[in-house]
Amino acid sequence: MRLSSRPVLIGLPYLWLLLLFLVPFGIVLKISLSDVAIAIPPYVPVLDPSEGWAGITGFLSQLDFENYVWLTQDDLYWKAYLSSVRIAAISTALTLLVGFPLAYAMARAPEQWRPSLLMLVILPFWTSFLIRVYAWIGILSNEGFLNQALMGIGLIDAPLTILNTNAAVYIGIVYTYLPFMVLPIYATLEKMDGSLLEAAEDLGCTRLQAFWAVTVPLSRPGVIAGCFLVFIPALGEFVIPSLLGGSDTLMIGKVLWEEFFSNRDWPVASAVAIVLLLILVVPIVLFQRNQERSA
Amino acid sequence: MSLKTTTALAATLTVAASLAHAQEVRVYNWSDYIDESLLEKFEQETGLELIYDVFDSNELLETKMLAGSSGYDVVVPTGDFLQRQIAAGAFQPLDKSQLPNIENTWDVINDRTAQYDPGNEYAITYLWGTTGIGVNVGEVTERLGEDAPVDSLALIFDPANMEQLADCGVHFIDAPTELIPAALAYLGEDPTSQDPDVIAKAEDVLMGVRPYVTKFHSSEYINALANGDICVAFGWSGDVLQARDRAAEAENGVEIAYNAPKEGALMWFDMMAIPADAPNPEGALQFINFILDAQNIAAATNYVNFANGNEASKEFVDPEILADPAIYPDEATLENLYVVQPLPPRVQRTVTRMWTKIKSGT
Repeated sequence: MRLSSRPVLIGLPYLWLLLLFLVPFGIVLKISLSDVAIAIPPYVPVLDPSEGWAGITGFLSQLDFENYVWLTQDDLYWKAYLSSVRIAAISTALTLLVGFPLAYAMARAPEQWRPSLLMLVILPFWTSFLIRVYAWIGILSNEGFLNQALMGIGLIDAPLTILNTNAAVYIGIVYTYLPFMVLPIYATLEKMDGSLLEAAEDLGCTRLQAFWAVTVPLSRPGVIAGCFLVFIPALGEFVIPSLLGGSDTLMIGKVLWEEFFSNRDWPVASAVAIVLLLILVVPIVLFQRNQERSA
Repeated sequence: MSLKTTTALAATLTVAASLAHAQEVRVYNWSDYIDESLLEKFEQETGLELIYDVFDSNELLETKMLAGSSGYDVVVPTGDFLQRQIAAGAFQPLDKSQLPNIENTWDVINDRTAQYDPGNEYAITYLWGTTGIGVNVGEVTERLGEDAPVDSLALIFDPANMEQLADCGVHFIDAPTELIPAALAYLGEDPTSQDPDVIAKAEDVLMGVRPYVTKFHSSEYINALANGDICVAFGWSGDVLQARDRAAEAENGVEIAYNAPKEGALMWFDMMAIPADAPNPEGALQFINFILDAQNIAAATNYVNFANGNEASKEFVDPEILADPAIYPDEATLENLYVVQPLPPRVQRTVTRMWTKIKSGT
C-alpha cells in the first residue's frame, strides 16, 4: 500500500507541471515555428491528426526557425527586452525601498496590531487590479488630484507631466506589487528572534549597527523572495505600461501585443514569448538555487 | 452542505443553464457607438437577451475573429478589415430574406462598401464617418491665433504648429492604417498607396511631430478633449463631436470643433457582419434587421453623431445633424474623401514596424 502510493505522490507535481506548463509551452513553441497566414487560425501549418502519420511528418517538415532569425534581425526586440529588464529592475528596487520600512514597521508593531496591519496590506486586492491602475490616471493626469493638490498648496505653478511617462509606470508597478514585497519581508522579520538584537547591543553595537549586522542579513530570504515576486511579473507587464505609460515606453509586453494584434503575426508573437520565458528562466534558476542554499 | 441545500443549488443551476440557452444575442461593437436605450428596446421587441460588449480597435476585433469561437453573433469591423476577414473565412453570408429592412439602405453607401464586400454579401453598413481633426477652439486660438489652420493637416503635421500645441496636449488615434494615409495626403502623395517606398515617406512626417504627441490612443481622446485635458486630437468625426457635446453638457467652457482636413480625409465604413461560427445566427439577423429599422438607426446617429447608410432614416435624423457637413459631407467634401484597401501582409508588417518606431522611437 505504502509502496504504491509513493509514485502517485511524486507524480502529482509532475502532472501539474505537465498540464499547466509543458503543454501550453509546447503549443506556443509549435506556433512560433509556423508561418503567418490569412486564415482561422492565422498560421500554417495546422496539425491535422486525421491524416495519420503522413500528416504528422508533413506538418513537422513545414516548421522552421525563421521567426527566431527575424527577432535577431530587428533591433526592436532586443531594445524592448533590455528596456523591460531595466524598468522591472528599477521598479523592484523602488518597491524594496518602500516595502522594507513598511514590513519592518509592521514587524515591530505591538503584537495585537499586526493582524490589522496585515489586513491593510491585503485590502487593496479586494478591488480589481484594473480599476486600481485606472484610478492612477485620475490621480496623475495634468488635471488630476496630485497636480491640483500640489498647485493648491503652491508647491508648483504649472502641472507636472507624470501620466504617460515612465515615472507613471514606476508608480503603477510599485503600487501594484508592493504587497508582494511587504509580505515575504514581514514574514522573515516577524520570525526574527528579538534577543539577537539585545545580544548585539549588549556586545556594544549601536541600534543602527545592530540593524545592519543582524536584521538585514536575517531578512535576506524575505528580501530575495519579494524581489523575485516583483521582478518576474513586472518584466512581462502589459496593463500598467499601456494604461499609465507613454507611447515611448518600450516594454516587451507591448511588443507582444503589437505582434499579436496589429501584425496578426502569431508565430512571431509566440517566438517573442518563448525568448521572454528563456530570459525569465535565469532569475528563476538563481532564485531556486538560493532557496536550496537557505533550506 | 446539507442535502437540501445541494438539491436547491442543483435546481438553481439547472434553471440558470436553461435560461442561458433561452436565446441570447451577443453583439461586439465599437465603444461609445450606440444610443443605449436601443439595447433595451431590442430586448423588449424580440424577447431575446442582448449581451453587448465593446472594443476600440479593429486589430483587437480581428484577432478575436481569427482565433475563432469568439462567441459573438454580430461584430462591426471597418471595411478594409472586413475584407481581409472575409478572405480568412471569418464570416457567413447574410440571409437577406431574413432582413426585410434591408430595403431601407442607401445605394450611395452600398456602392462604396461593395469594394470591400462585393455584392454586400457578408455585411451591412452600421455607421460611417471620416477621420479628421478635433480642436479645443479656445486653447488652439490662444496658441496659434485666430487663423490657426484647424481644417488643415498642417495643424498636426507641421512641427512649427505642433511645438506650440504640445504643452496643452495632442492625441492621435492608435491606428497606423489611418495616420499613414493622412501623412501621405499632407505630402501631396496618394494616400491610398500600397507602395512601400511611398509609405516610407510618411515616416519622416510622423517622426517630425512625434515629440509633441502626448499619446497614441483610440478612445481616451473623447474624454480628454471634453475635459480640456488636451487641445488637439486626430480622431474619428463622431467621437470628436461626442466630446463637443459632452463639454457643452458639462458647461465647462470647453468648445470643441471637428474638421475633415482640406487635403483629403479618410472615409470609413463600420460594417455589421455575422461570424461564421456565431452561436445564434438567427438572433444576429434579428439584431441587424432591428438596426436597419429607419427610426432605430436614426436614434443611433442622433446619439453618436455618425452618419448611417440608411436612406429611409433621414426623415428621423435631427435636421441639424443632417445639415452638418462634418457628419453628412456635402458634395464638395465628398470629393475630397478617400477610402483605403487592406494592405498585403508584407506591407502590413512594414507599416506596423514603422508605427512601433514612431510610437516608441525605436
